[in-house]
Amino acid sequence: MQTNTEHDIRVFIAKNFLFSDDFGTLDAECSLLETDIINSIGVLELVMFLEEHFNIKVKDAEVVPENLDSIKAMVAYLQDKSPNVDVRTNV
Amino acid sequence: MCGIAGYLASTRSDLPAEKLLENMIRVLAHRGPDEHGFHAEKSAGLAHTRLSILDLAGGQQPMANDDETVWISFNGEIFNYIELREDLKQRGYRFRTSSDTEVILRLYEENGADCIKQLNGDFAIAIWDGRRKRLMLARDRMGVRPIYFTRNEGGLYFASEVKALLQVPGISAELDPVALDQIFTFWFPLAPRTAFKNIQEIPPAHILLAQNGHVELRPYWSLDYPDIGSREDQCDENEIAEELRYLLEDATRIRLRSDVPVGAYLSGGLDSSILAAVVNEIAPDRLRTFSVTFESNEFDESEFQNEMVRALGTDHEATLCTGNDIGAIFREVIHSTERPVLRSAPAPLFALSRHAREHGFKVVLSGEGADEVFAGYDIFKEAKLRRFCARQPGSKFRPLLFKRLYPYLPNLQKQSQKYLEAFFKIGMGDKNDPLYSHLPRFRTTSSAKLFFSADLKDELKGYDALEELRNSLPDNFTRWHPLSQAQYLETAHLLPGYILSSQGDRVSMAHSIEGRYPFLDHRVVEFAAKIPPELKMRGLHEKYILRKAMSKLLPKEISNRPKQPYRAPDALSFLGDNAPDYVAELLSEKELAKTGYFNAKAVGKLHAKCEARQQGTGFHDNQAFLGILSTQLLDKEFCSNPGS
Repeated sequence: MQTNTEHDIRVFIAKNFLFSDDFGTLDAECSLLETDIINSIGVLELVMFLEEHFNIKVKDAEVVPENLDSIKAMVAYLQDKSPNVDVRTNV
Repeated sequence: MCGIAGYLASTRSDLPAEKLLENMIRVLAHRGPDEHGFHAEKSAGLAHTRLSILDLAGGQQPMANDDETVWISFNGEIFNYIELREDLKQRGYRFRTSSDTEVILRLYEENGADCIKQLNGDFAIAIWDGRRKRLMLARDRMGVRPIYFTRNEGGLYFASEVKALLQVPGISAELDPVALDQIFTFWFPLAPRTAFKNIQEIPPAHILLAQNGHVELRPYWSLDYPDIGSREDQCDENEIAEELRYLLEDATRIRLRSDVPVGAYLSGGLDSSILAAVVNEIAPDRLRTFSVTFESNEFDESEFQNEMVRALGTDHEATLCTGNDIGAIFREVIHSTERPVLRSAPAPLFALSRHAREHGFKVVLSGEGADEVFAGYDIFKEAKLRRFCARQPGSKFRPLLFKRLYPYLPNLQKQSQKYLEAFFKIGMGDKNDPLYSHLPRFRTTSSAKLFFSADLKDELKGYDALEELRNSLPDNFTRWHPLSQAQYLETAHLLPGYILSSQGDRVSMAHSIEGRYPFLDHRVVEFAAKIPPELKMRGLHEKYILRKAMSKLLPKEISNRPKQPYRAPDALSFLGDNAPDYVAELLSEKELAKTGYFNAKAVGKLHAKCEARQQGTGFHDNQAFLGILSTQLLDKEFCSNPGS
């Protein structure tokens, strides 16, 4: 089961970094760095997406792998950052 | 500088030998527009197209010995030919010409294939020895000059460029999937492999001997470093600097030997500035220098070029290369490189060579090689830092040094410290991997393989380019200092495989320009290999000993200038309203499906993303875009539409 947040992140990663429509197969805990899915500018793209899509402001100090290096980490970060982020189950 | 071609035991009865040679050499006319010649026998044939630089009146080729039993066709220059000639004369040899070609011929008569070891130069040589019924092909130590060969129906054919081999009936171009995998990992195919199936290159420092149906390919020289901990190299730093300066001045001096004017490329960096300063000291005439400039500050080095021009008083010509220019010439560039490239950097050098040629020059000096030989690249610092951090993985302070890496990459510099650490720490613990220094780069480049089609991925199943490279390393590699290991990977592989070919010979000879590289004189290379690593990179200060040796000749701003690698605008040159027509065509679903190398849907998304981001296109995407586009162009030029 995925939340809407997770779904949107997955779609972004698939389209933007994997150039694919297959957004369901990536392991939510997989490190985006260690699997070479994301590089230096990729992180900046990711931050831009999170800010625009979830209407939040990512502080410099929050741009750390603990918050952004996996889908699961990003979902947790967003929930922590903005409890109002839609976490309904995506059915 | 010239183009060569020929055959051994051609079985093409459908085509007269002279006609075959003429067809092969005709497509190499850009390498030698001044004159051409053939020598055809039933057993073997040689062809030559000449760029006259030494002995303008007497150096015609192919050239024979006195009884016409040994013939030579030679591309390049032997810079120590005067000394070799004197030596031979003292031993009773007589010369008909004052060319370096005849010196090789006489040396071969005296010493056979071993004569190659006496040559100091950049060369691709073909010698047909009619007495032994033997063909010898030889290539210079560092891989400056190219030579390719293929075997077909019992015959062996060779040439300076692949396009000449494709003139032989029965030989056609087909891209090699393994080569594609290697290029999308290392930027180059591992010699003797080329981008094309069944076509090989003679690796640098190798000789091919073909006789009685037997073909032997063997090295005659290899790059070697002292074992780690051996202190045979321990001596005074000032003495090393003095010896280095002498060698470099001599390497430059003999590279000024020419019967036509010699110019120099001036990038504004340390290496080309050193050469210009050395020439200024030893040559009486005002030096002509050439440089390429860019619109974007990110790439442009005009400020430093102008500083050197003022300091040395050279007669300077700069040519501006815009993104549109790169897009406009890229098709010709790939026709010259004969392999896919993952950067646009060969294109401005193609334009620079054209510029130098338009100003009447045939020969230019270039600072290429210094970064490999004296440890100038940031990849050497990166490896050193990763090892430094791996020694104490929990340290909070050591990783702060990562901020010092790649100051010229703005996107990397925008990263948070935590992310920088995370990037550079990937694979940090694999200290025993012989490719340790280069694994991050290879991983980054390999990400472009994401776009390979399912069929290509299938064909490559089970193949591991990294493992092939590991297996090709010399036996004593693991005994070298880590910096020497990293230098070997750059000098023995990237340098000939990419820098000297796609950014060197191929784009300069497209306009009949001969590049000469004093830093790659084998005496300099051998001497530098023995210099203790800490004198090459002191702390994180690159090329320490080179700066020390040559600093008196340079303005302080130049001698203290940190390394700024040569780069050019990449995908941006092919995007937007001014994109060349061929881009949309070659990246269309139809064309991608036709060639079959890439996943058309994924490429479509990449193209759309690059179009949307334009200047904001990231490193991964830039590399992938250029790699895909150049592969498509290569296929179009050589495979789908040969002879166009």
